[in-house]
Amino acid sequence: MATNRIFSLHVPEPECRPGDTPDFSKFEVPVAGEVVRPPVDVDAEDIHDHAYDIIRVLDDDGKAVGPWAEGLEDDEALKGLRDMMTVRSFDSRMLMAQRQGKTSFYMQALGEEAVSCAFQAALSPGDMNFPTYRQQGLLVTSGYPMLDMMNQIYSNSADPLHGRQLPIMYSSKEHGFFSISGNLGTQFIQAVGWAMASAINGDSKIAAGWIGDGATAESDFHSALVFASTFRAPCILNIVNNQWAISTFQGIARGRAATFASRGLGFGIPSLRVDGNDFYAVYAVAKWAAERAHLGHGATLIEHVTYRAGPHSTSDDPSGYRPKTEAADWPLGDPIARLKQHCIARGIWSEERHEQAQAEIDSEVIRTQKEAEKNGTLHDGPRASPRDMFEDVFKELPPHLKRQRQEAGI
Amino acid sequence: MARMTMIEAIRDAQDVAMSRDEKVVVFGQDVGYFGGVFRCTKGLQEKYGLQRCFDTPINESGIVGAAVGMGAYGLRPCVEIQFADYMYPAFDQIVSEAARLRHRSNKDFTAPLTIRMPTGGGIYGGQTHSQSPEALFAHVSGLKTMIPSNPYDAKGMLIAAIEDDDPVVFLEPKRLYNGPFDGYHEKAVTPWSKHELGEVPEGHYTVPVGKAAIRRPGEAVTILAYGTMVHVALAAAEETGIDAEVVDLRSIVPLDMETIEASVRKTGRCVVVHEATLTAGFGAELVALISQHCFWHLQAPPIRVTGYDTPYPHAHEWEYFPGPVRVGAALKTVMEAS
Ligand SMILES: Cc1ncc(C[n+]2csc(CCOP(=O)(O)OP(=O)(O)O)c2C)c(N)n1
Ligand SMILES: [Mg+2]
Repeated sequence: MATNRIFSLHVPEPECRPGDTPDFSKFEVPVAGEVVRPPVDVDAEDIHDHAYDIIRVLDDDGKAVGPWAEGLEDDEALKGLRDMMTVRSFDSRMLMAQRQGKTSFYMQALGEEAVSCAFQAALSPGDMNFPTYRQQGLLVTSGYPMLDMMNQIYSNSADPLHGRQLPIMYSSKEHGFFSISGNLGTQFIQAVGWAMASAINGDSKIAAGWIGDGATAESDFHSALVFASTFRAPCILNIVNNQWAISTFQGIARGRAATFASRGLGFGIPSLRVDGNDFYAVYAVAKWAAERAHLGHGATLIEHVTYRAGPHSTSDDPSGYRPKTEAADWPLGDPIARLKQHCIARGIWSEERHEQAQAEIDSEVIRTQKEAEKNGTLHDGPRASPRDMFEDVFKELPPHLKRQRQEAGI
Repeated sequence: MARMTMIEAIRDAQDVAMSRDEKVVVFGQDVGYFGGVFRCTKGLQEKYGLQRCFDTPINESGIVGAAVGMGAYGLRPCVEIQFADYMYPAFDQIVSEAARLRHRSNKDFTAPLTIRMPTGGGIYGGQTHSQSPEALFAHVSGLKTMIPSNPYDAKGMLIAAIEDDDPVVFLEPKRLYNGPFDGYHEKAVTPWSKHELGEVPEGHYTVPVGKAAIRRPGEAVTILAYGTMVHVALAAAEETGIDAEVVDLRSIVPLDMETIEASVRKTGRCVVVHEATLTAGFGAELVALISQHCFWHLQAPPIRVTGYDTPYPHAHEWEYFPGPVRVGAALKTVMEAS
């Protein structure tokens, strides 16, 4: 008889911590252009490897290579570059505004801009995102006014959400951007519900769910997969694996699975991993998944492999849990630098034009910020009336809220 | 004795509990290596090892469910939910499992766990970092619910909670972590080091579960409060010059009815305050109990001063928060009646 082992609890730990030299040697960077582009009606079991590989289009020289290198036109590439630069410039101004006390809180998408900017470019009007708090690129790409974003961040008199919500928790039905909840994971299944409704209603719109690597551990993630699978919902389920969930490395959420994408396979959902810092690849994979949904083949799960280059939020200081230089060593590079290199290699862009565009974008962001500040900032100037707190709790103000508002004297 | 912030006191309580009893384990999101987003578990992993203090996946149901399983095995888990606003995915595990396990198994299995969570507003956290859900827990049979108002209590109550054989929800008013807060947000924060209840004994001690504390003796009116609102109530008494007796409940289940009754019978007037929304808040329970047990001593109808029945706002935090001005107005109203 074998003797029983005395157990000890296994708790995963990251490769390196503050003070260590960042080590991504175990992270294999696949060669661009090598992953097959299957037909969109493919079964999950026939593209098992896609959940473990990484689809990459842009090679080290910025050339678009392989079967996924199609569909991104010159003007789309340039718009993508501009959108990402806008997000980054916007983020840096708003981060500064938070430090200056003009708002309470901010979250950047630094290093992850390609994921949302490229994805949005693959959607059609009427499609609906159920975003996380780090997908401001969806709004910027869809042409939502930067001024409205800033007004929301400042909770000022022109804030479309009347100061009710935390900064960056935007909402715009018109721009296909569902109201952000602070509660992780809840919206992944709602995206599936929206897609099911589109099917029930005989519509042709698709939904996109968004979730972070950390939040895939929430039960709602699994709810989304089982509903999407069972009802073949016309949706795209995006996991943004930026390696970190506040201080927790991705191994805590992933456990012993090789990838987050592989979670989809057990539900029979075609699951792909894509280089999230490769604008072209994200765009191509999103287009593929959208076409799949439109043709009635149901959901696709996409894991965007990227890196959270900044702190989790303005309340966080990552130097307490990861090496300071880890972001710089991230093997998939910077999404803006890579698309810029591609556009130059394609002959449609240059260093000079890039510099000029940067200056234009920065000054546009600053100009918009000044305009927004005329409407007030969190602690200064005009804002929505406090009476507004009582509005929209229900469609009609019920008697008890009327009474409370009267008692409040506002 | 040492001066501690409430964060340090909470950390110290877990340290003491872990050092005395190796069955105490601590886990939750970001609590391991980093020591918690509010730093309430800082250093515990380093001191007690990965097996006894660790990070978990982001799944609140999983955190509490695992704690129930561990508790049934015989451990004493003390888990952290990062914000009370994020406890809802764990609600089923708390309500249907932890709270009823002892009863339904005829004490064959029990759930001796502590579920810590930062609660309350005051930090511009908007609707997802400001809620006060204590009434939801108080409504459930089989759960104890505690809310400390200062570092001394936080440590003694948390040790008592961890040593308690029943499940305890331990709500930590996050606005009090670094200093007492009386509702005047524009004033500089007074640190706990300047407050006598920031004086925290070293080592082991407990604050008895279900025992209220009188923070300010008074003859004119009783204010029932807990957490942040204790400090707001004290400020309101000070400002109005009304001789209010401020009772810090500390625990809402079990509830110290003896202290409450004695105070209300003495003063004949009562104001109940909490940050949480009004309707079916814990204030409703308190007013019902007072009406029943102190009816013949009352000289005025009891008044509740609470958050409004709206989601917690971001920009209008200070219009929403039941600060000293609102509490003071209620004090005047109960004093004027009859
Ligand atoms: C239900 C719930 N639990 C906990 C939190 C607190 N929280 C906010 S963001 C976060 C980390 C999320 O990490 P990830 O999903 O990887 O997204 P990322 O921030 O990296 O984009 C946590 C734990 C929350 N917002 N909601
Ligand atoms: Mg993440």
